[in-house]
Amino acid sequence: MTDLTRLHAHEMAALLRSGEVSSRALTGAHLAAAERQNRALNVWLVIYRAEALAQADAADKRIAEARREGLTGLAALHPLCGVPIALKDLVSVKGGQATAGSKILKGYIAPFDSTVAARLKAVGAVILGKTNMDEFAMGSSTEHSAYGPTANPWDLNRVPGGSSGGSAAAVAAFHAPVSIGTDTGGSIRQPASLCGVVGVKPTYGRVSRYGIVAFASSLDQIGPFARDVRDAAILLHAVSGRDDRDATSAPVPVPQELLSLPTGDDEAAGYLKGKRLALPKEYFVEGMEPGVAARVHEAVAAIQAAGATVEEVSLPYTAYGLATYYIIAPAECSSNLARFDGVRFGHSDRSSGEFIADYLRTRGAGFGPEVKRRIMLGTYALSAGYYDAYYLKAQKVRTLIKADFDAVWAAGFDAICAPTSPTVAFPMGARIEDPVAMYLSDACTLPVNMAGLPGMSIPAGLSDGLPVGLQIIGAPWSELSMLRLARGYEAITARATWRDLDPAELPLTDDPNTPSPMERKERLESAPAGGLGGQA
Amino acid sequence: MANLTRADVEHVAHLARLGLAEEELSRLEGQLNHILDQYTVLTALDTEHIPPTAQTIELQNILRDDVVQPSLAVEEALANAPERSGDHFVVPAILGAEGGS
Repeated sequence: MTDLTRLHAHEMAALLRSGEVSSRALTGAHLAAAERQNRALNVWLVIYRAEALAQADAADKRIAEARREGLTGLAALHPLCGVPIALKDLVSVKGGQATAGSKILKGYIAPFDSTVAARLKAVGAVILGKTNMDEFAMGSSTEHSAYGPTANPWDLNRVPGGSSGGSAAAVAAFHAPVSIGTDTGGSIRQPASLCGVVGVKPTYGRVSRYGIVAFASSLDQIGPFARDVRDAAILLHAVSGRDDRDATSAPVPVPQELLSLPTGDDEAAGYLKGKRLALPKEYFVEGMEPGVAARVHEAVAAIQAAGATVEEVSLPYTAYGLATYYIIAPAECSSNLARFDGVRFGHSDRSSGEFIADYLRTRGAGFGPEVKRRIMLGTYALSAGYYDAYYLKAQKVRTLIKADFDAVWAAGFDAICAPTSPTVAFPMGARIEDPVAMYLSDACTLPVNMAGLPGMSIPAGLSDGLPVGLQIIGAPWSELSMLRLARGYEAITARATWRDLDPAELPLTDDPNTPSPMERKERLESAPAGGLGGQA
Repeated sequence: MANLTRADVEHVAHLARLGLAEEELSRLEGQLNHILDQYTVLTALDTEHIPPTAQTIELQNILRDDVVQPSLAVEEALANAPERSGDHFVVPAILGAEGGS
């Protein structure tokens, strides 16, 4: 039998239905890989071995019953039934932890299921565990986790991106075929790009945020990681749709066609014919690595050669995206994170006996440096005398940024193509001391959140041996056509040599002598200034 | 545009209820000013007649029927409480306490 961890979810679905493989076997193989390699990668904050195997047995029973009912029984099963999945550790699963990568939620046990978890359980997906992340999803490297950094399986001295770095690396390292992340300014797309996997940020309102630890409520969306476009579409289908528990989830129908993207490469490539794509010149930002720009231009040329037309466009307010985002997101976070007061849940320090001092101690000790920075920025931007100059101004510029995109859709374009990240995966420590350098990691992704649009990253080759992502951005609610375009690009590059490459340093993670990411970080910190890693 | 003093940083930290060490305050003073410098690009834009955008989807006034639905049991709701008294959360004493801001 082939290595079960190499299968795509849609391949697992076929084998489960034919009875050639059991969910228990699939789950066992993925648990073994996760447990064996987690020391070197620190992808998982918790692995649910017993619970996952019990869910796998339940899925096997369900599939067996469906098989007895014949074709209609099998057709009623969701493709994710019996398929292992990883969840970012801010998705509430009843009875389990949800740290959001923070010390302040250490020991917290979720008393209810998030809608995403409930929907995954309902279709029979098997939850393997929870993945590492930047604290409260604030960061672009997963180095801001209170539980240590995650290593990128392509180069263990480099970051996987963030904030959903654990979920991206879990899929890249074959610990799960699919995983769930969240994206507030690029936190799915950027790590997908840096780890060489597919990552999708849906339209704001497509997926219920109920039971997800909130960061910036007008920007946060939940979405899938996968190793191919079909799997990403299948997972998106499972979690999408209106939910009464999230008033911002929209009553927009979820396309059933997400479950039947073309299997054949010819049919998939045919979708590209006659499509009109926009290439925004402002996204080839200052500081972009030449190798990244080259891969993106090659990808666009290939799509053009397959019959699409590509026109350069201007999104003139792109340059204002970073400043606008870093006012709005911190403002929303400073409000959302006010709930961590040490009264109902989470870390609590009542040693002073005086309530203001207790709040100061609880929050001062519970939050890490980046979260404190953002709370400070947001509190300042919302404070008396500065609200108009910062927050209101940023909301107005948000209108202009959104209007840039609206003009592209009004001009009849089907989608926008752009780089996902200006650089390939960067070394651990390279940007940790310079918040603005870290923030620039998301220069190409955060305008999409401010406009509420769907966007995704798909692997587009390597630069210096590290993955580069092509970003595809769609009009609101156009996930199906965005994914069909991506599937088309995947099809026309199906025979590219880089498509079948394993993450270069994945074999090292089986070696018990390979340092853990925490050990790597400590070595970096003890190195003389200007030594390892270098300050960007 | 911005020039946050050390006193400003301390004031904002207090507003945000963040107890910060001296070393943290010093680092934040430099870092916050550097970040605020990035915001100055926005001042060049004339936005006087531009309406603000708070959210991007055209949904408003989402209503539902006012019916009782299952909610957390008392034990579940209190399971994460740092301190409880019977069926209640213990909250910090505010009335009669010193030190309000």
